[in-house]
Amino acid sequence: MIYLDNAATSWPKPPEVAQAMTDFLACAGGNPGRSGHALSIAAGRLVYETREAVAELFNAPDPLRVIFTQNATQAINLALKGILRRGSRVVTTSVEHNAVMRPLRALEREGVQVTIVSCDREGFLSLAGMEHAVQPGTSLVTVTHANNVTGTILPVAQVARMAHRAGALLLVDAAQTAGAVPIDVQDMGIDLLAFTGHKSLYGPPGTGGLVIGDRVDVSALDPLMRGGTGSRSEFEEQPEDLPDKFESGTPNGPGIAGLGAGISFVRSRGIAAIRAHEIQLAGRLIAGLQEIPGVRVYGPEDPVRRTATVSFTVEGFRVSDVGLRLDEGFGILARVGLHCAPAVHRAIGTFPEGTVRLAPGAFTTPEEIEAVLVAIRTIAQP
Amino acid sequence: MSAQGVALFHTTSAALRAEKLAQKADIAGKLIPTPRQFSSDCGIALRFDWSRVDQVKAILEMARVEIAGIHPL
Repeated sequence: MIYLDNAATSWPKPPEVAQAMTDFLACAGGNPGRSGHALSIAAGRLVYETREAVAELFNAPDPLRVIFTQNATQAINLALKGILRRGSRVVTTSVEHNAVMRPLRALEREGVQVTIVSCDREGFLSLAGMEHAVQPGTSLVTVTHANNVTGTILPVAQVARMAHRAGALLLVDAAQTAGAVPIDVQDMGIDLLAFTGHKSLYGPPGTGGLVIGDRVDVSALDPLMRGGTGSRSEFEEQPEDLPDKFESGTPNGPGIAGLGAGISFVRSRGIAAIRAHEIQLAGRLIAGLQEIPGVRVYGPEDPVRRTATVSFTVEGFRVSDVGLRLDEGFGILARVGLHCAPAVHRAIGTFPEGTVRLAPGAFTTPEEIEAVLVAIRTIAQP
Repeated sequence: MSAQGVALFHTTSAALRAEKLAQKADIAGKLIPTPRQFSSDCGIALRFDWSRVDQVKAILEMARVEIAGIHPL
């Protein structure tokens, strides 16, 4: 079997991840932050260690401003719904995932003004369009770091400068890049970074978070949920202290411990080394696909300008048939269709049919890429 | 044993951060259940050698960890 669906979730996970989750349940079974006994403190410590690892990975100065969520979607919802009010202006791009577009469309119905800046057929953002759209009075700019169909990497630091000049905050959806592409929230000017744990950070599903920068006034950021935090229990009002304000209810302790082990794996291998590996794989995949008659590859040709995720179609074949033949005939696991991102497919011209998406990861080998190219060549024969 | 003191925090995460910051500064700290005489909260507190109180305060202030209370035991 060849697993090429790492943009949906990474697989396999490093063995340390499952081990850390088992250890959490076996050795640190208390409720973190709820009691003062040894097992509660042990659990709290494991959660805190991951918080610190996340902060270090993204060069965030304060680990207490790392908020754990179930996934990137919840982090994005927290940022969007926490900041935007009736009458607020928000600017986004035409290559966002539904994790961004669905909450934005709902907010639009409540009176938030949403402006969408177009991207070209390779998924690149029109910087002139962004400059024009981000005006004083804009509260928030939200952009994906890289979309999940063509992997095109957007110039986040440039967008940050535009946002800040207009007095707006910048939210970045890093679901496709956290762990795979270097991210420095201070250097890049990212005010809110939404990340998932189960993709390129190699943690388990059910983990993710929001890194909140210094520019964000957290007293003006509404929590998605309110409830028990183990702190200031004498009050029936939600505490303002971070991270508790945004982390009500018992957290996913085993998941967060697993995420910590995933981040350790990423840091020990090195993001630069993982990135170089994935650029090499994507480069070979793109070049090999382009040589096959009838195959069309989407997104930038240069693998340095994208993540390792590569989308293609085969002339005369439905994407679902290509996907099925890859799976049944060759044991190659890909994802076909719209990838929860109809906006991206509209931008690149593949809506509503979609594409076949191949997403290598840190564990994918060059030999696997060659085998995939042979398989697609076989399938694409007229 | 020399006199001990305890630093209180608003969140468990802050207490855990304080423990690590103290460790880095070579101050032996232990997380204990928050003594009820100082707070009605259900969290944990950092116990440390009271002779280091000024240093503990300085480290936490530098890292912007808010202290909810600091008392000799």
